[in-house]
Amino acid sequence: MNQASDGAVAPEILDVSGVSVSLSGRQILDQVSFTVSAGQFTGLIGPNGAGKTTLLRVILGLQRPTEGKVTIQGQPRSHRDQSIGYVPQKVLLDPDMPLRARDLVALGLDGHRFGIRLRSKERGQAVREMLHAVDADRFADARVGNLSGGEQQRVLIAHALISRPKLLLLDEPLANLDIRSGQEIISLLARIAGEQQIAVLLSAHEMNPLLPVMDRVVYLAGGRAASGPTEEVVRAEVLSSLYGHHVDVLHVHGRVLVVAGPAPGQGADLTPDHAVEAG
Amino acid sequence: MHTLYTWVFEPGFFSNAPVHAAALIGGVVAVVSAVVGVFTVMRGQSFGGHALSDVSAAGGSGALLIGLNPLLGFVGLGIVGGGVMDMIGVRRVRGRDLATGIVLGAAIGLSALFLYLDTTSGATTGATQQILFGSIFTIPSGTIWFVAIFSVISLASIAAGWRPLLLSTVSTDIAAARGVPVRLVGLLYMLALAVSVGLSSLAVGAVLSTALLIGPAAAALRLTTRLGWTLAVACLVGVGATWLGILLAYDSYYWGSGHRGLPVSFFIVAVVFITYLLSGLPAARASRRGAAPPGLRSEKRGTSDERRGKAAPSGAPEASGKTERAGDTACSRVS
Repeated sequence: MNQASDGAVAPEILDVSGVSVSLSGRQILDQVSFTVSAGQFTGLIGPNGAGKTTLLRVILGLQRPTEGKVTIQGQPRSHRDQSIGYVPQKVLLDPDMPLRARDLVALGLDGHRFGIRLRSKERGQAVREMLHAVDADRFADARVGNLSGGEQQRVLIAHALISRPKLLLLDEPLANLDIRSGQEIISLLARIAGEQQIAVLLSAHEMNPLLPVMDRVVYLAGGRAASGPTEEVVRAEVLSSLYGHHVDVLHVHGRVLVVAGPAPGQGADLTPDHAVEAG
Repeated sequence: MHTLYTWVFEPGFFSNAPVHAAALIGGVVAVVSAVVGVFTVMRGQSFGGHALSDVSAAGGSGALLIGLNPLLGFVGLGIVGGGVMDMIGVRRVRGRDLATGIVLGAAIGLSALFLYLDTTSGATTGATQQILFGSIFTIPSGTIWFVAIFSVISLASIAAGWRPLLLSTVSTDIAAARGVPVRLVGLLYMLALAVSVGLSSLAVGAVLSTALLIGPAAAALRLTTRLGWTLAVACLVGVGATWLGILLAYDSYYWGSGHRGLPVSFFIVAVVFITYLLSGLPAARASRRGAAPPGLRSEKRGTSDERRGKAAPSGAPEASGKTERAGDTACSRVS
């Protein structure tokens, strides 16, 4: 487990302060605050429906918070800047679409610009380097829709990174991957975060695959968040106050299990509903 | 040799003025339809394109009623229809189906009314034939200028929105996060689609216009891996089918002793349909070859072929079904 010892030195990239979101009367996020610094790998952990995607949408500027604000490198997020790379959840790439991995990565450079692009040497070079950085050279000329889930993830990450963002957001990138592809993607992201001093914020409902590389955690439950170095946040006291009832944090063979303890008015049974984080 | 030549090109084909006009207008329309069609197929909006052709029919028949050039009606009401579909909810997939269905129904109702009034008012008895099935040999000469202007509008919209359109076709989420005005880009595409459907309604009739929009694009998508090639092949198929259709229709006058030319729209759509069927052969052969020598291909390759095989029917039957139906209508009408 990495210590976030250099966190104090690295410049702060993302500052989320007091963000609340209500959608049609339902409170999705409640006073969420945390910061992410350059080169840090941060896991955004929480059960399904905890508000992870909403939080990422707020950071991207796609969802207006009812309260609070988000700044990126001290500036409010504007649509013009390319300082955030984004890999959304479940991108369905159609096998019929005549788009090679190379083409999709190139769209990361200028896909937002109107007009037709002219071919240039530098662009081709930048795309080749990016594909190489994510180990995607092998399938650069394959249709993206024909690639496996892990390969598609690599291409999407290359697409997100080629505009040289300071912050990379990934929404549940491990959700549809087998364990090995998932581990490959995680170590790739950790390497890139370190090498290019990019802040990586990755959402997942399962924290165990991330434990080896995660510098910090933002734990989201019931719309509220606790953040900090993993070992400080993933503790029974902290998580119990987030969930609003007692939970235990168990360490089993290097894995962390968060299980619900006896709650007032409820039995102490460990039905799947109560095991908020298993595996 | 000479007899073969006159057998393929019946006398007067190259000196016939209506043939010239038809080849020119048909060629331009085929190019616009093919380019817009590639995006339509990629965006999975074939049904939307079909609905717009019905809106086009209402516009064309309405224009005839008030003495306007039908092309203005085709395109004008098509743009309005596209706008309404976007407003009702084209963006969400579920909303899109619903919006398309509602607009389609209303449009066919209007066409029924307008065509009834057109034909019963006596002035334009051939209205139903002209609007629904096209009349590329009898297009008034002034129309070519409208065709030129509308073609430029349609192609320019696609060119202007090229990259954001592609990005939002890949993923609306990514495009929106990158700051692409997804809604505006969608409207730009809708404009291009409405204009292109209006143009092909002029060439092959409103009912058959989807065939010219979807068919060449679907065939090209099966045959190519790069977008540039897809567009080139789609244009080639579209223009080739249109010209071959014109030739066959012209020749059909000399077939048998009836001296009755068969409708050009039927031939164009038939050629498009046959091309689409043939375009499936290379892929089918490749997947058979891929399956034969086990171990030569990596496991990964096998699964992707499998996936392609599974995915092909999802886009394909919509287009082929439509063409088939369109072909049937033309056939039954001829006999």
